[in-house]
Amino acid sequence: MFTDLEAPPPEAPPASRPPLVTRLQPAVSNFSVTFRPTGTVRVLELNGELDAHTASELEAAFQRCLDDDAHRVIVHGGNLQYISSAGLGVFMAYVEPMREAGGDIKITELQERVYDVFDLLGFPMLFDITPAEAEAVAQFEASPNGMSTD
Amino acid sequence: MPARHHTVVIPSTMRHLATVRRFVRQYGAEAGLTDRAVSELQLAVDEACANAIEHGYKGREDGRVQVGTHTHNGTFVVTIRHDGEPFDPGRYKPTALQDALQNHQRRGYGMRLIHRLVDEVSFDLDGPTSQVRLAKRVTPPMA
Repeated sequence: MFTDLEAPPPEAPPASRPPLVTRLQPAVSNFSVTFRPTGTVRVLELNGELDAHTASELEAAFQRCLDDDAHRVIVHGGNLQYISSAGLGVFMAYVEPMREAGGDIKITELQERVYDVFDLLGFPMLFDITPAEAEAVAQFEASPNGMSTD
Repeated sequence: MPARHHTVVIPSTMRHLATVRRFVRQYGAEAGLTDRAVSELQLAVDEACANAIEHGYKGREDGRVQVGTHTHNGTFVVTIRHDGEPFDPGRYKPTALQDALQNHQRRGYGMRLIHRLVDEVSFDLDGPTSQVRLAKRVTPPMA
């Protein structure tokens, strides 16, 4: 399945140093979502790499929250190793429906390199992103809408 | 160590993006990029490949995306080539974030990321093969 195209790349090296043939074992992103109810809040623990291949799994998780009327959602990213724009787009697609239903999506415990991706696009202006899960829980508990979601 | 060119080709499916990220990490680190720079470049290349698959091949899984790396004048260069329909960056119009939020917009963030993550971006859309070239300067280690 993995072969090299015959056309040489631009800025080709001298003939004495030909392109190396790279044969990597195919790698597939591992990603999973675990649900954990915490009082009136539903925590989604993300594990692995969230990219264009795996984004549909996060989408399904958010949709399940909506279907369950669980609108107070905390996304715990402590074990999220990677995120691309496809993953960010899922957050953008679902946060307003959650808010319109009286809840929110709050994000917590992100690793620095993942937080940096959120930050690059200005997402901290749009989402509550907290260092610790307890802060996100406290923000929900302090909100005037005390709707139970689980 | 002499600069070397490396190439990997993946089928036009998103499930192989992880292979490309691993490829970029391996040779970016070998070229002397910092861990942070490698992570930034991985993401930029991931986005460019995802664009090629989504906009170039439009769901066709029988296409190929070629990713090549080499070092040129102190810069680590990644080229992404494909034979699908060219993705014209001139047609890309970024939406204000607040508008994107209100519209539940889930796409259109990849190009923003690419421009923030690499030092140079260029497109060659002429001919049957489209090419995106992403470059990241290799910072010499502190003395």
